[in-house]
Amino acid sequence: MSHLPYLAAGWIVIVGIYGIVTSRDLIHAVVCLSVTQSGTYVLLLAIGYRDGATAPVFSDRPPHGRPVTDPVVQAMTLTDIVVGATVTALLLALAVQVAKRRGTIDPGELRSLES
Amino acid sequence: MILQLTVAVPILAAALLATAGRWLPRLVVDVAAVLAVAAVAALAALTLTRAPHHAQVSWLGGWGPATGVGIPLAADPFAAGLALVTALLTLAALLFSWRFFTEVQAIFHTLMLLFLAAMVAYVYTGDLFDAFVFFELMSVVAFALTGYRSEEPSTVHGALNFGIIQSIGAYLTLAGIALVYARTGQLGLATAGRQLIGTGTGHGGHGDALVTAAFVLICTGYLVKASAVPFHFWLADAHAVAPTPVCVLFSGIMVPLGVYGIARTYWATFAGLVPLRAIAVLGAAAALLGAVMCVLQHHIKRLLAYSTVSHVGLLLVGVAAHGPGALAGTAYYLAGHAGVKGALFLAAGALLNRHQTVDEHELRGRGRGMPVTGATFLLGALGLAGLPPSGLFAGHAVTEHAAEELGWWWFTPLAIAASALTAGAVLRVWLGVFRGTPAEEDPAQEDPAHGARPDAGGGHEDPETRPTLRNLPWTMVSPGLVLLAAALLAGLIPGGPVGAAAAMFTDRDGYAALVLDGRVPHPHSVPADPWTASGVAGFLATLLLAALIAVHAVRRRASDRTGGGILARAAAATSARLHALHSGHIGDYAAWLTAGVAVLALLTTRF
Repeated sequence: MSHLPYLAAGWIVIVGIYGIVTSRDLIHAVVCLSVTQSGTYVLLLAIGYRDGATAPVFSDRPPHGRPVTDPVVQAMTLTDIVVGATVTALLLALAVQVAKRRGTIDPGELRSLES
Repeated sequence: MILQLTVAVPILAAALLATAGRWLPRLVVDVAAVLAVAAVAALAALTLTRAPHHAQVSWLGGWGPATGVGIPLAADPFAAGLALVTALLTLAALLFSWRFFTEVQAIFHTLMLLFLAAMVAYVYTGDLFDAFVFFELMSVVAFALTGYRSEEPSTVHGALNFGIIQSIGAYLTLAGIALVYARTGQLGLATAGRQLIGTGTGHGGHGDALVTAAFVLICTGYLVKASAVPFHFWLADAHAVAPTPVCVLFSGIMVPLGVYGIARTYWATFAGLVPLRAIAVLGAAAALLGAVMCVLQHHIKRLLAYSTVSHVGLLLVGVAAHGPGALAGTAYYLAGHAGVKGALFLAAGALLNRHQTVDEHELRGRGRGMPVTGATFLLGALGLAGLPPSGLFAGHAVTEHAAEELGWWWFTPLAIAASALTAGAVLRVWLGVFRGTPAEEDPAQEDPAHGARPDAGGGHEDPETRPTLRNLPWTMVSPGLVLLAAALLAGLIPGGPVGAAAAMFTDRDGYAALVLDGRVPHPHSVPADPWTASGVAGFLATLLLAALIAVHAVRRRASDRTGGGILARAAAATSARLHALHSGHIGDYAAWLTAGVAVLALLTTRF
């Protein structure tokens, strides 16, 4: 298997973090965080991939059929997605509160918390 | 069975309170939460007494080590001790919040119980991916608790910064765990460690590039939690705005758990494959920067938050000294830190309750009617300076001894400087708030005999709490006192068991034997001995420096900041620069995080 999926995973993570660093909008920053996390999905799936293998669904699989990809990383990816949904929902709710209380969601216009 | 129960009891209680809490009276909710936490504390104490002799391991769902895919919970004495500290701090925080909040929904108790469950599960788990899941559960609950009073603008801002930075770190940790799995096909700490020794070594028995990358990525998330420089920016933002009982848990145990994560992952899986010097460098930087920032604050909760950055930096250095001796010292230090910091935050909460502010200038001289709170601040400052026989004293002495054997001559000056600055700052608060004279108000109004309500003034801060409790109820006073007493006596914990526990923790084969074979290892151990002459001398030097710093700060304030020497101007410019660095801008924080990963990778790579 080629190295391309690993490079893609690293690229997605870096693009996501770049987005957060340069973000002018908290909603945008939270979405960039989800992008960063998508990099880990690609990495996990790339690790479990095998050339010529099929999906790890065992119910209708004939005995001695084609090999399957690694189900463990797929389970990890699913868990990761659940975690990501929780984090994104919570952070978006906080961003809505920032917009309501401060009247802006530009991180540059939020006053420093340092006194 | 005990280990599963320790995790399950708070989760079940949380589920119960989440569903039925809105119809239950406040008293029932409080009692149910306190009982659940007390049960966890009892279970953790039971585990702690059994762990040195009987293997405390359970494989979930009956998938034992022979199946190859099982997920273990394992408690060695250190893990059980940490779980006990976590439960006791949660108990103190819940008792304190009983009267602290005027009105509080059951969701607060639900979150606290989930927080406890996540922390205990994170401590006990013997599996890398489970560690990530519980780490994330702990983080998400922490974001929600930080933003609990979501009507405050700065609260949601602090919670959002905390959430984004912590999540980036956690995703990098997951990427590192994925790399370990890619190399070994294992997720268990012990099994992956065995595989790595077999396959992960390049020439000379050191880890190759992939192992190094995996370790750096895993450490990133844990270092964000442990607030090493430059990952520490979220910490003060979150601590300043989180409800005070929550700060007790954040500072006391959640941040040190990041250090625990690094220590556990290193010794169970990566021991000997990667160097720990990066951890030592970033930890030392945190110890210094945190201490300096601590002195520059006048918001008491932020001040305490930066002192946590500083002290947890010392914990990181202790772990990086990679030996059982230094680790035994770190354990003492952690116990002392948790108690002292918990007590100080609770005392700050009492000030907030009485005066609606935690600004040191506004509070000047207004603490005279609160003798117990004042004594807590004084004893807390002495504890931070390492008063014998506190846990911090024992930690300093034992770690110092181990660091000297390594040839780390810089450890003692670093520890003294960090402790003196943080203790000096707290001592300054005590002098100003509890011994000073009020700036503009009539002193008679503050007469302790009358217990008069001081006017809230213009600078009030939080609707966190009821306007004023006339006398602090025992539920708000006793938790802090008990925590403080425990911390100040923690150095009396006998050195033999602590040394044995540290030896067990730092023995990779021993951990594998415990988890996989159910055998309690008994590696050769040296009892920790806190009572060294240099330890006592270190305390005296620290105390002297702290007193000088505090008195100097109070004098300078009294003379109204006159005096404009070059030194004073340079100090003012540096302080302004440091304040500007902690900008509260999420993009800056993320950029610093990236730089931190680069430094970590450079220092960990063997060229």
